[in-house]
Amino acid sequence: MSLAESVLQGNRLALARLLSQVENETEEGLAELNRLFPYTGKAHLVGITGAPGSGKSSLVTQLVYALRHPAPEQKPVRVAVVAVDPSSPFSGGAILGDRIRMRELAGDQGVFIRSMASRGALGGVAASTANLVSVLDAAGFEIVLIETVGAGQTEVEIARLAHTVIVVEVPGLGDDVQAIKAGLLEIADIIVLNKADQPGVENAERALRTMLELASARGTLSGNAQPASPQWTPPLLRTVATEGRGVQAVVEALYNHRNFLCQSGEWERRERLRFQTQLENLFQAALIKRLHETVSATEYGHILDRIVSRQISPWKALEILLDGVVQ
Amino acid sequence: MGQRKIRVLIAKPGLDGHDRGAKVVARALRDAGMEVIYTGLRQTPEMIAEAALQEDVDVVGLSILSGAHMALVPRVLELLRAQGQENVKVFVGGIIPDEDVPRLLEMGVAGVYGPGTLTEQIIRDIYAAVGELDRPLRS
Repeated sequence: MSLAESVLQGNRLALARLLSQVENETEEGLAELNRLFPYTGKAHLVGITGAPGSGKSSLVTQLVYALRHPAPEQKPVRVAVVAVDPSSPFSGGAILGDRIRMRELAGDQGVFIRSMASRGALGGVAASTANLVSVLDAAGFEIVLIETVGAGQTEVEIARLAHTVIVVEVPGLGDDVQAIKAGLLEIADIIVLNKADQPGVENAERALRTMLELASARGTLSGNAQPASPQWTPPLLRTVATEGRGVQAVVEALYNHRNFLCQSGEWERRERLRFQTQLENLFQAALIKRLHETVSATEYGHILDRIVSRQISPWKALEILLDGVVQ
Repeated sequence: MGQRKIRVLIAKPGLDGHDRGAKVVARALRDAGMEVIYTGLRQTPEMIAEAALQEDVDVVGLSILSGAHMALVPRVLELLRAQGQENVKVFVGGIIPDEDVPRLLEMGVAGVYGPGTLTEQIIRDIYAAVGELDRPLRS
C-alpha cells in the first residue's frame, strides 16, 4: 500500500513519514502529494503569528484544547498543528521547542502536532510548510493551525497560506505608531492581545483600537464607501493564554471568520491567491532547473564572467538566456 | 531538491526537575546541524513515544537523573516497537550506575552517557547509528 493510501486510511505513522518525505521534497513525497491533492481543500487553515515570546505556542495549545472540548451539543473537530521554529543560519540545525507548551494535548488521537525548521526561508514559514499542510488537510484534519517562527514586521508569508490569520500582540512592545506601520498587523483577521494580566495592557489596547479605526476609515477616504463584499473588521481579543482565559472568544472569532469567508466569496479568493503563489514558486524553481539543464556550467560561467567584466548587463544576459541563444 | 536532516527528540521522562544536561546536548546537536525537538520536563513514556511518532524522528535521547531508568527506558523501547518505530535509535544520558549500562544496551539502547561525556562523542555516535540516513521510509 502506498503511503498516501495509508494516510487516507488514518495511519498516523504513515502520515508522519509522508510529512518527512514531503518536507525533504523527495520524488516519492511529491508523487504522493500529487495523489493526495484531490482530497485537500476541506480544512480551515489558521495561521498564528506574532513576536518571539508573545505566547503563540501557549495560545495554540489552549485553542486546540478548546476545539477538542467544545460545548456538549457540538462535535469536537480533529486538529493538526504545524509549528515552525528557525533553523540556525550557521549549522543548519534547529531547536524545535514548541511542543514544550503542548503537554496538555498528549494522548489525544484527534490531535497531530508536527514541528518543522524554517530551513533558510525568511517569510516566517518554511518553503515546504504549504505542502505539509496539504498532507494534513488530506488526512482529514478539519482545522490546521500553523504557528510561524517568532515574527517581526515582515514575516507575512502566512497571509498567503492561511484562510485566517491570528496576530498575537503583547503589552509593552511599542507606541501607537508601531501599530500603524505596515506589516504584521495588516494581515491580521483576528488580533489577540495576550498576557492581558500584564501592566500596560490598557495602552496596548488603545493603540491597537486606534489602528483598527484608522483602517476601517480607509474605505471612505478612498471614495469606496460601499465595498463589493461585506467588510471584516478584525476583532481585538484579550487573553491570558497560559491560564486559558479569553480563549473561548478566540475560538468563536475563528468560526465567525470562517462563516464570513464562505459567505463573502473571500474563501475562494484566498484559495486562488494561495495557489497562484504556489504555482509561481514552482514555476520559478522549474525555470531555474531547466536553465541548468539546457545551459552547461561552462557556458553559464562564461555569461557570468561577461557580466562581471561589464561586457553585458544582467538584463541583457537574461534576454540571451530566455531566447535560448548562448554565445 | 530536498535536504535531509537528522531529527532528534530530546525528552526527560519521569519526575526529576532539572534539564540543564538535556539542554546542553540539544544545543550541541543543533550546532552539529541536526533538528532537535525539545519536549521539556516530566514526560511520560507514552508522551515520548507519541511525540517520536508524530515528529518521525531518527533518534530519541532520554535524560534521566532520578534513578528510574530501569523502569522508564524499557517502557519507551516497548512503545516505540509497538508503534512500528523499532528503527529509532534510543540514547540515554544522566546518572546511570555502571552495572545498569550493559543491561540497557542489551535491551536495545544505542548508547549510555554519564556526566563528563563530550558532546562530540554523542554526535559521532548518532552519525554512526543513523548511518547514511538509509532507514526504510515506507510504513
